[in-house]
Amino acid sequence: MADDLVSSSVAPQTQEIIHINDLSLYYGAARALVDISLKIRENVVTAFIGPSGCGKSTLLRCLNRMNDLIDNVRIDGSCEIGGHNIYGSEVDVIELRKRVGMVFQKSNPFPKSIYENIAFALRLHGMTKKSDLDATVERSLRQAALWEEVKDRLHSSGLGLSGGQQQRLCIARAVAIQPEILLMDEPASALDPLATAKIEELVLDLKKDYTIVIVTHNMQQAARVSDYTAFFYLGKLVEFNTTRKVFTNPSHKQTEDYVTGRFG
Amino acid sequence: MQRHFDQELSLLKQKLLTLASHAEEAVSNSLKSLLERSDLQARTVIETDSLLDAMEVELDEMCISMLALHSPIASDLRLITTAMKITHDLERVGDEATTIARRVIELNTEPQLKPYIDISRMGLLALAMLKDALDAFVHGDSVKARAIVPRDKQVDQIHKQLRKELVNSMIENSASITRALNIMVISKSLERVADHAANIAEEVVYLYESRDIRHSHDNDISAPASEPL
Repeated sequence: MADDLVSSSVAPQTQEIIHINDLSLYYGAARALVDISLKIRENVVTAFIGPSGCGKSTLLRCLNRMNDLIDNVRIDGSCEIGGHNIYGSEVDVIELRKRVGMVFQKSNPFPKSIYENIAFALRLHGMTKKSDLDATVERSLRQAALWEEVKDRLHSSGLGLSGGQQQRLCIARAVAIQPEILLMDEPASALDPLATAKIEELVLDLKKDYTIVIVTHNMQQAARVSDYTAFFYLGKLVEFNTTRKVFTNPSHKQTEDYVTGRFG
Repeated sequence: MQRHFDQELSLLKQKLLTLASHAEEAVSNSLKSLLERSDLQARTVIETDSLLDAMEVELDEMCISMLALHSPIASDLRLITTAMKITHDLERVGDEATTIARRVIELNTEPQLKPYIDISRMGLLALAMLKDALDAFVHGDSVKARAIVPRDKQVDQIHKQLRKELVNSMIENSASITRALNIMVISKSLERVADHAANIAEEVVYLYESRDIRHSHDNDISAPASEPL
């Protein structure tokens, strides 16, 4: 098989940088994730798919400890990024979330200008020189494929952008602090088809620089953008393989039934 | 908006044209091996067939992947389904070239029965049809593709005529039977190459006009319908 094909046929065999080992998560007494073991590769797009309530967003939030913000959450097992357990007592969660950025389903730009949406976090992380801020804002907006659309109105409100533009602004904000990993929780589910297509193209561009994990309930989206796909059901990992394998010849009947629309 | 998927479609076209080039070359070389009575040339054609087979498998796998992962519609869907059909036709063209080459090796064990004028003419006509069908594919020229289909009749006529002559030859001279049968097989193979070229032309019309002209009558083929679908 030619190795110059894009993700739809050959999945890159890059280094595994996220190791999830026997991870279980409990909301109180309810077990939402059951013994998940999964290795995610660097600079690829990994999709989490499955019916509503299967645990895919819960697992995504484990990767940057966003579940810490929820009361009564308990985790067993471990999650290592770059060889370090992110649930270790010595881990600085703020630093973790700098390395592992997140984009949410509903875009949430700050009620500030487009420029300040990005510069705000940069200043918090110690960047003060205007020329550095300007350059980083431009780089981030270019990476998010938004620069050409907003370069002449950087000081206008971010809330004045369209839904798709707001989401790309949030992506720009996330990449501005140069994370290693980008988590995307249904980033396009609130967008129209054209805006969705732009986000998908952006994801394919961004994987050159970032490791991307995307949760989506849209199977065709997972098929289009991801290199690897993990299928979850009732908190369990049913199947994890190259997207090509999952969508052309899944190993498990449950996966086949889900991707063909027979259930879920 | 340029899509990543467009790169995959370009790669598909590129690989298809590479297969086409190999298939054309195989037929051309098999004819050359006949006219030059060259076993070496014939064996090279036979050995190259496995490359065409492998390319067919690769292209089919690409197309299946693209269908599964991108849910293409409209012209993208037609391109992929057409590519699968053209791939099959081209692989069969390669098989016909191999058949010709095998017959050449047998023919070369005896003196030449007669000058290969008709065979040569058939070969040139079939190769021209194939070349034109692939040009039509590359340039999106469905009018050119439509014009190729009726040309198959000319190749069929020559094959029919040649078959008659070879039967007469066999009746008149039993020592010529083996050679005549081998030439008949070669003639049939070239006739099949022309059929495959006509198939490809029909597929090109479907790709660019979204009209299926297979099994149509001549007067339905020559010009596109006045109203688009």
